[in-house]
Order: sequence, then C-alpha cells, then structure tokens
Amino acid sequence: MAQMTMIQAIKDAMRVELERDPNVILFGEDVGHVGGVFRATEGLQKEFGEDRVFDTPLAESAIGGLAVGLGVQGFRPIAEIQFVGFIYEALDQICVQAARMRYRSGGRYNSPIVFRTPFGGGVKAAELHTDALEGLLVQTPGIKVVVPSNPYDAKGLLIAAIRDNDPVFFMEHLNLYRAFRAEVPEGEYTVELGKANVVREGSDVTIITYGAMVHTSVKAAEEIEKTQGVKVEVIDLRTLLPLDIDTIVTSIKKTNRAIIVQEAQKTSGVAAEVIAQINEKAILHLEAPVLRISPPDTVYPFAQIEDAWLPSPASVIAGINQVLEF
Amino acid sequence: MSKPLVSQANYEVTTEKVEPLQVLAPDGTIVNSDKMPNLSDDQLKELMRRMVFTRVWDERAVNLGRQGRLGFYAPVSGQEASMIGSEFALNKDDFICPGYRDMPQLVWHGLPLYQAFLYSRGHQHGGQIPQDVHVLMPQIIIGAQILHATGVAMAFKKRNQPRVAITYTGDGGSSEGDFYEGMNFAGAFKLPVIYFVQNNGYAITTPYSKQTGALSVAHKALAAGIKGVQVDGMDVLAVVQAVTEAAERGRRGEGATLIEALTYRYRPHSLADDTTKYRTKDEESDWEPRDPLTRMRLFLTKKGLWNEEIEAQVKEEAKATVAEHIKKAEETEKMTVSGLIDSMFEVTPSHLEEQKQAYK
Ligand SMILES: Cc1ncc(C[n+]2csc(CCOP(=O)(O)OP(=O)(O)O)c2C)c(N)n1
Repeated sequence: MAQMTMIQAIKDAMRVELERDPNVILFGEDVGHVGGVFRATEGLQKEFGEDRVFDTPLAESAIGGLAVGLGVQGFRPIAEIQFVGFIYEALDQICVQAARMRYRSGGRYNSPIVFRTPFGGGVKAAELHTDALEGLLVQTPGIKVVVPSNPYDAKGLLIAAIRDNDPVFFMEHLNLYRAFRAEVPEGEYTVELGKANVVREGSDVTIITYGAMVHTSVKAAEEIEKTQGVKVEVIDLRTLLPLDIDTIVTSIKKTNRAIIVQEAQKTSGVAAEVIAQINEKAILHLEAPVLRISPPDTVYPFAQIEDAWLPSPASVIAGINQVLEF
Repeated sequence: MSKPLVSQANYEVTTEKVEPLQVLAPDGTIVNSDKMPNLSDDQLKELMRRMVFTRVWDERAVNLGRQGRLGFYAPVSGQEASMIGSEFALNKDDFICPGYRDMPQLVWHGLPLYQAFLYSRGHQHGGQIPQDVHVLMPQIIIGAQILHATGVAMAFKKRNQPRVAITYTGDGGSSEGDFYEGMNFAGAFKLPVIYFVQNNGYAITTPYSKQTGALSVAHKALAAGIKGVQVDGMDVLAVVQAVTEAAERGRRGEGATLIEALTYRYRPHSLADDTTKYRTKDEESDWEPRDPLTRMRLFLTKKGLWNEEIEAQVKEEAKATVAEHIKKAEETEKMTVSGLIDSMFEVTPSHLEEQKQAYK
C-alpha cells in the first residue's frame, strides 16, 4: 500500500475512475494543464487528454449547468468549483437543477455528477475561500453531501460518489489536503456513502463530528483521557446526507452523553439536525442535553481571529466537561 | 461605417441595425425566394396543420385553465411560427431544452400530449419523457436550461454525433447570467447548439425597451463569439430556414447560433395576469395582421394546398385529439407521497424509507 496525502488520494480516485469508465470527465477552472490551484488534478489532463479533463471559462453556474447537460447525455461529470464560497454562483445548478432532475423527470433522467470543492478554515485563506457551507446543501432534497477526514476515506468515498447515479457534493478540507499521509490501497475500492466511522472507542461521552474537526476532537479526546481519565468515543460522520443515525444511536446507548463539533456556524446546521434526530431516536438514553461546539453565528472572520473563532481541542474539552457535569 | 463583425448576409447580425429574415410577407407572398426553405408541399401543409392544431390546443388549454382543470399554463397563441417552425427544422434525435412556455416544441418532437397536460397539472409523469424522445421537461428557472443545452451539445460533440441541441428562452431570459455563460461556453468550445430567443416584447409586464440597452438580442452573440441572426418570428418559413441553417452549421462543426425571433403573444403571460395593465389595444391590433397562421393560410391557398374545408377538418381533429388526451390525463392514476419520496434518489436511503412509513 502507498502512503498518500489526502490530495493525492483524491487525485488517485479520479485517476482510477477516469481509467475505468470512459464516461467520467473532469472539468472546472484551471483544472487542466496546471492541475488545479491545489494540484488535485495534476497530470490527469496529460494522462487522459483534453477531451476528458479540461479547463472551462470562468463561470460557476455554467460549470454546474454543463455538468447537468452532460449528465443527461450519460456522461459522469466531476465538476470542480474552485473554492467553496463560489458555489453561491452555481447554487441553482447544484441545488435546483442537478438535485431535482430525478424528481422532475419522474426518474427518467438523473444527475450522476460529483461537485468537488475545497473548503475549511485554519489556513488563513482569502475571504469566502473556507466557509463551511455544508448546511446549505444538506437542506437540499436530492443531493448527497460528503466530507472526508483522511486519505483512505477520501479516495474510497470519492470513487463511491463518482459511481453514484445521484449528484454528490464532495467537500475537501483545505487543512487536510497535505496535513499527513496515510495508507491508501492502490486501484479501486469504495467507502459506502451514508456510513459513519467510529474512529475512537470510548464509554463516557460521544463526539459526533466530521472533516478537520475529527482531528481536533481526537486530540481533545486523547488529552482528556490523559488528564481526567474520561473515555471519549469519536464518530466521523463522513457523509452528512444521508446521515448515519444508527451508528450515532448505538454509541449514545453506550455513553449516554454526546456533543457535536462542527466548524460551521451554530444555527440550523448539521449539528442541529443531528441533535433533532438524537431526540427522536435516543432521548431516553441521554443523561445530559446534547451540546453543540461550533463557532458563533457571525460571518466567517478575516484571517486574524480565525484560530480563536474555530473550535479547538480546548473548547471541545470544555464541552465534554459541561455534559459530564450536567 | 464600421465593419460588420459577423458575416454579411442580410439578416445576420452586424454592428449595425439589421432587418430580420423574412420569407413570407403578411399577405402570403414570398418576398425572399433565396431563403425559401426546401420543403415539399406535404411539409408545407404539415407546418400549417401543426400551427392550426396548436392554436386550438392553446385555446382549449386556456379555457381548461380558467375552469381549474389544468395547473400552471403559459399561453402560446401568436408564437406558433417560432415554436413550430423551429422544431420542424430539427431532426428527431436533436435535443430540446425548453422554457416553461415551450410545450408545443416538446409535443411536436414526440412528447405525448397527455403528458403535457399532466405536467401542467403537477403530475410527475408529465416529466417522464419517453426514451426515444430527446427533450427535457420545461424549465421554470429562467436561463437554467440554456446551460443544459450547452452541456448536451458538448456531449454530442464529444461523441462525434451529428446532432444539435436547441434551447428556448424569451427576451427577458436573455438578461439572465446563465444566458451569457452558456453562449460564452458554446463560443469557447465551438458547440453545436442553437439559442433560440422568442422576443415577444414582454417579460411578464416589463417591455423590451426596459429589458436591455442592446441594439437587439441577436447582437449579444457578438460578445460570445457565436453567430447571431434575427428572424421574423411570425413567419414560419423564415424560422424554418434560420433554424435549418443554424443546425447545419452546428452539424458541420461550425459552432453555435443565437436566433432572435421577433414575435408576439396574444394572450397574457400566464393565466394569472392582465395584459390591459401594460399593453395597448393599438399595439395588439398592430400585430394581428402579421399573424403566422393568416399568412401561411394565404400562401397555401394561393398554391391550392389549403382551403376552408381542410382547415375545418384540422380543427375538428385537434379538438378531438385534445379532448382525448385531457381525458387520458384526468384518468391517470394520481401521484403518491411515497412515490414522490422514492423519486429523490436512485436507491431510497433509510431516513427516507422511514419518512415514507407515514404515507403508507
Ligand atoms: C430565475 C427566474 N426569475 C424570475 C422568474 C419569474 N418569471 C417567470 S416568467 C418571467 C418573464 C420571462 O419573460 P421572457 O423571458 O421574455 O419570456 P416570455 O414569457 O415573455 O416568453 C419571470 C420574471 C423565473 N421563473 N425564474
């Protein structure tokens, strides 16, 4: 097995699928010759030709709409939106056109599209490059939302997403692109969409999280075990829609306490949804209210105070103590 | 005088104002025999039959709409030449990405009429396009379909198929960002696509004069590097010719065309709106003599291909067909919420399976 960073794993997933299926095509702004601003597609144009991997003019709605039209004709587009804040330009095509195609046509057409976009804070990027906008997407019926936290999952989830006949919004955390290497199998394998992963076992509190916050949460869990002997279970959701509520409920039955850690603003997002579902399915197993650890409801701040704004191991530990002391 | 940026033929867009392509004058005479489309007598009659049929269908649909027997319906009378002529010029495997008003093109391209009524009544089966009919269901978001046609055209080009995609919008739609993005993509990738704008002078209540400062909609092609032409949208033969030429260009690998058809719609934007608030009687009577059916009727009658008897027969046939399809639509089994839930994804995820239980 090879050691890969997450960005290498993502590229490898696209390479494997471009090779396997001639209908897979990849496009976006600057993805061709140069291989994207993060080099996620580096070398793919050279390997598969300009017909399969190409640069588009600068227009996000058209990138989304092009994918919809190609999808209707049996292609399997991977459309890159260069940075997450630019998806607003394409939201009609993503949330309305792609996500509703199956519904509108009574199943006659589908949208086998993957919209890939980098997002995620902690990198001091320009405004609107990092915001966690997954909450917008998970409110949209008809689209799946995936956020990998490590190279192995990234490759397996992306291959699963490319093979899925429904549109998938695939969010790649900037801070994880090159943060570390991990073992990633060569060739093809999939990680099933809609299945969470228990990344750390524990018996006292469950942390439910995704993306870069998996790592922040694991750090907090290790620290609080060392200092206070608290055993924390950490669940990486991997897919936000569909949400794997069964894994969450199983864990809460064991720990009876939970917190959700997300880097999106607090109100009405994924954390709120997870809590609502826990209320529906496991309220009698709770010893304390489920808590959200998240940034405040402000716009994503300019770089100077980013670190203070984002959840940290310390704020996660404070949250764990709060539910333990309830 | 500045040099024309596009080509020189009389109705193609230059940087100057141009006269729209016309073949058939309102009095039914041929005024531009060079541009007469190459059609047999049967095809000429068929064009007329479809226009008469469509007007009967439109009248019936408006009445049914007022009785509450249809849902959303956008009237089309006046625009038959643009709609029917443009579809007539296509091959059956060319692909149509329509706006909300473009039901006639879908039906004449093969969508069963009862499905058009089901679509109007908000039934999912209305959008279940038969496998061998190459269209999308009508688009509500103005401009979105322009990009889909661009993608479809790219698929044809990638697979080396001699097919074109056509997409429709109005003069209002030509102000949307997606309109520019689509044409610009088509210019950059040289795609076999036709952007057909039916300029009927209004976007709901906003007149064309307040829509844009551009010399014409067709001029917008210049910035995208595609061909722009203007056509008399009340002249079915001119429309057939313009679209035939555009489709041939596309098939030859010469890229996209923007066609602006100048037309008029007699009825309101939708059944909910009142034209007297923003249109004048004078304007309406100004357009009436240019009616697409009238001039084709005069032309065909002179050629001995049409008469009152034939027209009456076509109308009867249209009434009967419409009634039959309305009946079929009314008898189609209702949609269910669980069916709706199952149409969200190819494989219904467990949370939706659970939500379905409430509707069993
Ligand atoms: C994105 C979007 N904005 C607004 C509307 C509401 N709307 C429906 S039709 C219409 C006017 C369209 O005018 P035009 O494109 O000229 O078409 P026409 O109906 O006159 O043929 C508007 C504003 C819409 N459907 N979609």
